[in-house]
Amino acid sequence: MHTTSTSATLDDDQPLLMSHFDDLEQQHDASNLGMWFFLATEVMFFSGMLAAYAIYRSLSPEAFHLGSRHMHLWLGFANTLVLLTSSLTMALGVRASQLGRRNQVVWYLLATAVLGIAFLGVKAVEYTKEINHHLFPGKHFVVPADDAEALMKVSATPEELHLNLGRFQMMFVLYFCLTAVHAFHMIVGIVIVLIMAELMRRKWFSGHGTTQIEVLGLYWHFVDVVWVFLYPLLYLID
Amino acid sequence: MSVPAVVVEDPPEDYLQEHTLKSWLLTTDHKRVGILYMISVTVFFFVGGAAATLMRLELMTPRGDVLATPDAYNRLFTMHGVIMIFFFLIPAIPAVLGNFLLPLMIGARDLAFPKLNLMSWYVYIIGGMIGIWIMVFGGVDTGWTFYTPFSTMFSNTMVVTAAVAVFITGFSSILTGLNFVVTVHTMRAPGMTWFRLPLFVWSHYATSLIMILGTPVLAISVVLIALERIFGVGIFDPALGGDPILFQHLFWFYSHPAVYIMVLPGFAVVSEIIPCFARRPIFGYKFIAFSSVAIAIFSFLVWGHHMFVSGQSMYAGMIFSILSFLVAIPSAIKVFNWTATLYKGSIRLDTPMLYALGFIGLFTMGGLTGLMLASLAIDVHVHDTYFIVAHFHYIMVGGTVMAYLGGVHFWWPKISGRMYPEFWGKLSAMLVFVGFNLTFFPQFLLGYLGMPRRYFEYRPEFQVLNVMSTAGASILAIGYVMPLVYMLLSLRKPPNAGPNPWGATGLEWQVESPPPVHNFHDPVVVTCDPYMYSPEEAERDYAHDQHVRNA
Amino acid sequence: MWDFPLFPEQASANAEKLDALMLFELGVLVFFTTLICVLILFFCARYRRGVRVDRSNPPTHGRLMEAIWIIIPFIISAVMFVWATQVFYDLYQPPPDAAEISVVGKQWMWYLQHPQGRSETNDLHVPLGQAVKLNMTSQDVIHSFFIPAMRIKQDVLPGRYTSLWFQPTKVGKYDIFCAEYCGTNHSIMTGYLHVMEPADYEKWLAAEGVGPSRAEEGERLFVQHHCAGCHRESQTVHAPRLEGVYGKPVPIQTDSGVRFATADDRYIRDSILLPKSEVVAGYEPLMPSYKDQISEPDLLKIIAYIKSIANRETSP
Repeated sequence: MHTTSTSATLDDDQPLLMSHFDDLEQQHDASNLGMWFFLATEVMFFSGMLAAYAIYRSLSPEAFHLGSRHMHLWLGFANTLVLLTSSLTMALGVRASQLGRRNQVVWYLLATAVLGIAFLGVKAVEYTKEINHHLFPGKHFVVPADDAEALMKVSATPEELHLNLGRFQMMFVLYFCLTAVHAFHMIVGIVIVLIMAELMRRKWFSGHGTTQIEVLGLYWHFVDVVWVFLYPLLYLID
Repeated sequence: MSVPAVVVEDPPEDYLQEHTLKSWLLTTDHKRVGILYMISVTVFFFVGGAAATLMRLELMTPRGDVLATPDAYNRLFTMHGVIMIFFFLIPAIPAVLGNFLLPLMIGARDLAFPKLNLMSWYVYIIGGMIGIWIMVFGGVDTGWTFYTPFSTMFSNTMVVTAAVAVFITGFSSILTGLNFVVTVHTMRAPGMTWFRLPLFVWSHYATSLIMILGTPVLAISVVLIALERIFGVGIFDPALGGDPILFQHLFWFYSHPAVYIMVLPGFAVVSEIIPCFARRPIFGYKFIAFSSVAIAIFSFLVWGHHMFVSGQSMYAGMIFSILSFLVAIPSAIKVFNWTATLYKGSIRLDTPMLYALGFIGLFTMGGLTGLMLASLAIDVHVHDTYFIVAHFHYIMVGGTVMAYLGGVHFWWPKISGRMYPEFWGKLSAMLVFVGFNLTFFPQFLLGYLGMPRRYFEYRPEFQVLNVMSTAGASILAIGYVMPLVYMLLSLRKPPNAGPNPWGATGLEWQVESPPPVHNFHDPVVVTCDPYMYSPEEAERDYAHDQHVRNA
Repeated sequence: MWDFPLFPEQASANAEKLDALMLFELGVLVFFTTLICVLILFFCARYRRGVRVDRSNPPTHGRLMEAIWIIIPFIISAVMFVWATQVFYDLYQPPPDAAEISVVGKQWMWYLQHPQGRSETNDLHVPLGQAVKLNMTSQDVIHSFFIPAMRIKQDVLPGRYTSLWFQPTKVGKYDIFCAEYCGTNHSIMTGYLHVMEPADYEKWLAAEGVGPSRAEEGERLFVQHHCAGCHRESQTVHAPRLEGVYGKPVPIQTDSGVRFATADDRYIRDSILLPKSEVVAGYEPLMPSYKDQISEPDLLKIIAYIKSIANRETSP
């Protein structure tokens, strides 16, 4: 079994075979499958919060509707574009690594990271605006006067009004939780992308790092797809 | 990695040969990681057991007297639950025996991601250290279920720290599960088709799926608890529009499948031991294999049966009730198939077999009382009483711990290269079985009488049964300490087990004990089904041995 | 010492129905556990190594066997499900003439209010044969109201009402437990249900009971009507605190400026029923009217409560 890899040379094109794998295909499949199952875990991680969102939204559609009107639709849209573009650069990076174009990979990874950082910048602007409008949940949260009035109209009893005011804040609680967890995934992604770019520049990986870049690409696309779900849920739905 | 690996033929040394601390703490060998886990879960088992001992002492009398305050008692049962579930039961069989055996059983040199495997142990240890830190510096008093709004707004204990500990430990089981699934998919030796896999691997595959899909939901629920405590934003606070029941849904969506994370590996161990000591192929291989997968799937659909009286709608209760009854079917399939495997066997009652047979009996009791709990009206009466406590201890202690001990005895010769003393082994198995029943059977009666769980003080009429339970617990404690002592003592002798002391099939028995670093010397090719035992051959060998001994 | 009970008392029709179901399921449990244990012991004895018996061709699979042990448990499960669900369904169908008693759980006591006005703490007196429906809510954490002798239990939730009903069929004193862990003194959040002959019950009702003071009841109403949600530690709504307000002048916003009014009974009453008429300066007119929401006697109790906290400092 071990004799299969004894012919290892300094050939750059050939990925190094770890000693516990039989062949390169097995090694490649294991890495890819591992990332897919990790993404399954991630889906369940987000779905817990999305379930909370769906339940509260269905219980108090009015409050959530009023809350989502405070989202910055166009900033969110810009961010969606930024992120989709970053997915494109990532996909190009994966392609370049499959073709063995090391320098291109580095540049595509850098572009991806820059777009990721741009996304976080826009997100930070949004957060600042919301915090300045006292929309960050907690002690300083204030229900804007016209929203409070609107909720008063749809509430039949004081109990219901009270509940609706709470649910109005809940919209922001879930908004901040979901987007912050997403942003955390973005930060992790950007850090890894930058590390990978540096390692690619230093020719650290055997076989052009194709497997590694592919797996990273899967993760990046996943984080992108999560945003593609979050944007309509939090910003668009009426 | 810039230097090409010049792969040389493995030296025939075994995996235990290196002795430096560094060689252990930086190992990526799945067998060594398994040993690291074995040491750590043993420590946590006895820490959790000490908490249980104090609780049982306290409950000998109706008044609170052993412990000074109800708060101390509340912290104890919380720590007992948290430690036993998250730090012992969930990692016990998968991370110890699964880690050690899974690659050996499928003919692989290691798990797919050896470094991730080591990392999962470190993650577990970090979580565990935080857990111990909580115990020493204050404790938690929410119960292991962390029900809101008590945990978020009323408890003055270290709930956030506990949430962090549980969150971190969760990642260790995600990493283990991920590793197992990928390994089973990609690393099987040539000829090791899905239906030639030992049932141990099937059960661990099902367990891993639950770990991957369930644990993140637990992670997010404890994150929400921590956020709620820190910011007070009202996710579960009815005064701010939140719903405390939502937490229960999220929590049980993980924690019910978690019960199967704990017991499916028990099935795994028992499915290996029974055919080996009955010396015949297992009965209904495919049914046992698929019932594991069926249990894994059903486990995600029954969480609501923990909430029949929590205020969810009557119809939701009915749906969860009928789904819970369905889980009984694959469990019944397993029990009947194991029993049928004894028919026309050539049975030897060594220690692992005693544990495995004890497992079947206790799991049957636990499972059938589970049917009572799935019956809506009965659950209304016994929910949150000692009946529940007794039921899940029959599954988790009578099931998982028995299976774990059986598995440790069965594979101890493989793991350490040494035999354990058979006499003491049998004695401990008997003590555990008797002590267990004496501890937990009275709790069924207590529960039906109406004694609620988590009570520091109780009505005097419940005392006799509680005293019985405490008496049983002391026997159980002796039964648990004995294996620890004689197994450690067995390490002082030189290896004496030989590669295959049980004459078992299975690839792990085809290499020497302890196994070599890279598991196999030659390429593995599998050509036959698992469990190819022959009872008649076993009889002939036995007659021959008797003959030789008499002569 | 051996006179301890092994079976709980039956004190309602539900208890009898449930025990019948339980005995059936117990029978199933005993049958299957015995079956498995006897089979294991029998096989272990008969096929023990060294015993001379026929071991040729041990079967490795059997469709028929598998079918049998899939179908039989399935049928038994179906019977259990239908039976148990019927009994459960009845728990949600209180008779229309049931006496409604409101129950408030708080750490660590039960507060029970009879329709005739008498209230109790931790004890519940009910007449024999009268169906009783408990409407329950909690002031703080989740509790669970559990009467073993009636075989009923229901979680008691904050911010929501749940209910439970039973019809006692036997005179006696029965345990009430809190079954959902609720903090330090969870285990002493217990009480007794006293089932009395109707005549005794009438006598008991007529006797002067020592209930909680009006201010205490007012505080309960203050929480129950969600006043506390905004006027205590609110995070969503900006509303004035009421500690130390009674009897003092408060600034009132008018079109032209600010005037002062004394916070007396009249002012508090108007503020609850017509909150928009006199709004304290610096606050939004957010509070809804409680007109027709709170009964007069309750209003008086709430005012009594606000009066009782007149000397209390506003907590930071």
